[in-house]
Amino acid sequence: MAEVTYLEALRQGLWEEMERDERVFILGEDVGSYGGAFKVTEGFAKQFGEERVIDTPISEAAIVGAAAGAAHMGMRPVAEMQFIDFISCAYDMLTNYVATARYRAGLPTPMVVRGPCGGYVRGGPFHSQNVEAAFFHTPGLKIVYPATARDAKGLVKSAIRDDDPVIYLEHKWLYRRIKERLPEDEEILTPIGAARVAHEGNDLSVVTYGATLWKSLEAAEQLDKDGVSVEVLDLRTLLPLDDAAIMRSVKKTNKLLIVHEDTRTGGLAGEIAARVNEQAFEWLDGPIMRVTAHDVPLPYAPTLEDFVLPQTGDIVKAARWLAAY
Amino acid sequence: MASHAAPTAQSPPIPAGLSRDQLLEIYRYLRLTRTLEERLTALYRQSKVVGGLFRSLGQEAESVGSAYALERGSHRDLMSPLTRNLGSMLVMGAAPIQILRQYLARAESPTGGRDLNIHFGDLERGYLGQISHLGDMIPVMAGIALAFKLRREPRVGLVYIGDGGMSAGAFHEGINFAAARRVPLVVVGEYNHWAYSTPPRKQFAVEHLADRVKAYGIPAVSVDGNDVLAVYEATRFAVERARQGKGVHFIEVKTYRRKGHAEHDDQHYVPQHELEWWAKENDPIDRYVQRLLGSGWAEEQELKEIDERVRVEIDAAADACLGEPAPGPESALADVYGDPPAAERLWFRSV
Repeated sequence: MAEVTYLEALRQGLWEEMERDERVFILGEDVGSYGGAFKVTEGFAKQFGEERVIDTPISEAAIVGAAAGAAHMGMRPVAEMQFIDFISCAYDMLTNYVATARYRAGLPTPMVVRGPCGGYVRGGPFHSQNVEAAFFHTPGLKIVYPATARDAKGLVKSAIRDDDPVIYLEHKWLYRRIKERLPEDEEILTPIGAARVAHEGNDLSVVTYGATLWKSLEAAEQLDKDGVSVEVLDLRTLLPLDDAAIMRSVKKTNKLLIVHEDTRTGGLAGEIAARVNEQAFEWLDGPIMRVTAHDVPLPYAPTLEDFVLPQTGDIVKAARWLAAY
Repeated sequence: MASHAAPTAQSPPIPAGLSRDQLLEIYRYLRLTRTLEERLTALYRQSKVVGGLFRSLGQEAESVGSAYALERGSHRDLMSPLTRNLGSMLVMGAAPIQILRQYLARAESPTGGRDLNIHFGDLERGYLGQISHLGDMIPVMAGIALAFKLRREPRVGLVYIGDGGMSAGAFHEGINFAAARRVPLVVVGEYNHWAYSTPPRKQFAVEHLADRVKAYGIPAVSVDGNDVLAVYEATRFAVERARQGKGVHFIEVKTYRRKGHAEHDDQHYVPQHELEWWAKENDPIDRYVQRLLGSGWAEEQELKEIDERVRVEIDAAADACLGEPAPGPESALADVYGDPPAAERLWFRSV
């Protein structure tokens, strides 16, 4: 059991799939000899050759479009967005072309689009975004968002093997902050579409994903000391949502707090709340509440960013309020 | 004008290494395209066509001539058409009955009624279904050509773009990506003078589409798009060059869209004299017939027989599919993903 960071786990997952399957190749900006802006693909070009680790022009639409074309031909491309903020430049290609390909034309498009997302890193408005809500609304795409090193590895491997296009969101605040012992002799494959109970509890459920999983776990620990027992559910896959796991937890605790780093309006919390309302209304003993970012572009200054984004203290206060409801 | 005699020693040699049988096959595809569209127009007027009808009248030669330069057969070259490249799809092996079923939105249509007109593909036969967002197929075809190159397969991709679509960002990202990686891709730029209702002078400040593309460091030529053999020859050269690993090649075909954007469009913005000139003096099929007969490569009777066989084929296809059922409504839920196999049927349908 070696201790690895979230970033190293992701890297291992990519490396293993490149070794396992020659159809897998990587394309993106500066991913080759430079090894990627965050060094996720460092050493890949040397090991696998520049034909399988392709440096591209700054052309997100071309990167995603070319990945789709290669996928139609039976390849398994992994396209990197240098920062996930730039995926909006390929929004048309993903939502109109990639997402509809199987449905309208029977075209299998097994491809992964991955990139660093998220704030808490003083990245400012264009290097801190969370983009899941923009793609959550598009049938045909899958979205995964690992929070642990194990899932960073297990989900990238599953995403590459999936026959559908998968957007893989990796949180750059977690890259080197999270460390975990992973077995070396076991193949780690996290199933797509399955949430995980990260912390057992009885008084209320916190449903979350990404960096706010760790803030929710911190909050749960603090609340434990006050005698409030919080169950924390790590969604891991956002599309499709694991409704069963959400309902199971809500039916157990009867109260639901949804926590995400993304902005509030039109964020995933709204959809989760609607589903719980439809599927578990009579199990609820309180209103479904949300802790999210404020509805503003993410600012740069630490005082501003810390105010805009949800913090552990916010989750503690919100959970305490809901537990007492 | 026409010598109606069979080919003789006096006939000029057939260009581009084509045989007489191939010349007649090209003629058949031109006629098939036009006759099929005429039948679709009749069906449209009878309100049998569910959506819009997009004609390629006057552009048949550039479609047929370019696609005919590809290697056809199972898993050979692969092309991606636009909505006015019906002729290209027929050359690659799409059947008239598939086209009719698409327009009529029948259950047995290639997309099961999910997409319209000629938006469908068949990877084995070598054509890829397009989407409506112009320019998007260029990056996708660049990726397909990239796969050919990575796997060292001797295959070539061909993709169409119009004078309008060439202003979309995806076109420029895609052709630059393809040029930089030297993938085996041929891009055919159709200068048909109209982007819906917008003329070239409002779209770009160059005279030729080829002028815009040369800056990507790839060869870019302009050819008479209404001369089917010239288009064939230029494309053949580009395709073989790409197959030899020499990278992307752009061919501008000068032609003219003689119908509106779709059948609903009355073309009031088009000068009448222009339409008349292109119809009378520069119809690609008329020109080809004159060349075939004038050069002694074909006899009038042969062409008439082809016309008749095409008419019978299309009559039979139309008769066969007019009685076919529409897709079952619940088939709409399948195939959004490989897994899960179907979307959820919503609760209010069962209350």
